[in-house]
Amino acid sequence: MCGVCGCGGSEARIGSVFGGDRNKRVQRAGTGTTQAWRAIDTRRPAASPAGLDHESTNRASVARLQRVERDILGKNERIAAANRNWLAERRILALNLMSSPGSGKTSLLVRALETLGGRLPAAVIEGDQQTEFDAERIRATGVPALQINTGKGCHLDADMVARALPRLPLAERGLLLIENVGNLVCPAAFDLGEAHKVVILSVTEGEDKPLKYPDMFAAADLMLLNKADLLPYLSFDVERAIEYARRVNPRLEVILTSATRGDGIDAWLAWIERERASA
Amino acid sequence: MHELSLAEGIRDIVEETATMEAATRVRRIVLEIGALAAVDADALRFCLDEVLSDSIAEGAEVDVIDVPGRGRCRQCGTLAPIDERHTPCPSCGAYGLEVLEGDRMRVQAVELE
Repeated sequence: MCGVCGCGGSEARIGSVFGGDRNKRVQRAGTGTTQAWRAIDTRRPAASPAGLDHESTNRASVARLQRVERDILGKNERIAAANRNWLAERRILALNLMSSPGSGKTSLLVRALETLGGRLPAAVIEGDQQTEFDAERIRATGVPALQINTGKGCHLDADMVARALPRLPLAERGLLLIENVGNLVCPAAFDLGEAHKVVILSVTEGEDKPLKYPDMFAAADLMLLNKADLLPYLSFDVERAIEYARRVNPRLEVILTSATRGDGIDAWLAWIERERASA
Repeated sequence: MHELSLAEGIRDIVEETATMEAATRVRRIVLEIGALAAVDADALRFCLDEVLSDSIAEGAEVDVIDVPGRGRCRQCGTLAPIDERHTPCPSCGAYGLEVLEGDRMRVQAVELE
């Protein structure tokens, strides 16, 4: 029986219940070819397809090994590249905003759009599993917003954005803000065609998040350290958080923000203006 | 759980290959997964079991080749293995090694009938 969800099955393949070293888990999980996890030296690729696995040579008479060598994320990356071209042709600056749930992404967007006050044509794509709540909050600022509900999906992908782009009233040289699904893990892996990924970390989350969830911080160009107004009530160490984030990504720019009090909003808008000039 | 999206991506690649090669069954799928690819291989196997059912690759064995992370120090140019994104340079201690290898996921091969 599966140790994760209790579903039936003859093979104990889901190793997470055992914990620890993967090779040991495999040995424990039993024998048989489906458990064959082997690390090979990938710097010296197997010269012949048969060299991949000694078992395949035994079966060569009935089966053949076909080289594929295709990136699993290749389809998403092709669509993201098309989105990037579409946006570049219109000189639209697109930002992909990512964070854990509750960091204040939508509040930051609302505050920034209010401060922007229509000086720059903007539009927003909101990604959430369920509800139109966030899009409604954006629309209340007078900025058009399109909600993508991913259902059970934990991230936006390039195809969702490709379908959203033609439906949005996007002006040439405008700004597109894409608020990803609240999740500090999965959205990092999916290029949407944006110019920059922006990660939002709130000071209520703990300064070690960049080391615990490094991929998000490695992929971002800018970190907004939000809820700065709460710092007097917390033991959060701003310098340490920034130092941890730059261990993962030395080039990461950082702006301290508060959506409630307005700290850093002008600095963020100046950053946007700078990037837009080069878009 | 983006492993489910990845599993669907793998299924699409496998099905396209099988169609192109006029195969009747996929017996084995060989994946290369980088140590820095942000994917849990156990979860991916779990999802593959699910998405491959009722496909030409139902019941296929899944072999995973682990590709170790490898990078170069942006400060001193030293080449070094990377276990985690915040691995420092073993020579000068600088953080943020440029990743050269180990952040990709590929379908390397399929065994067809």
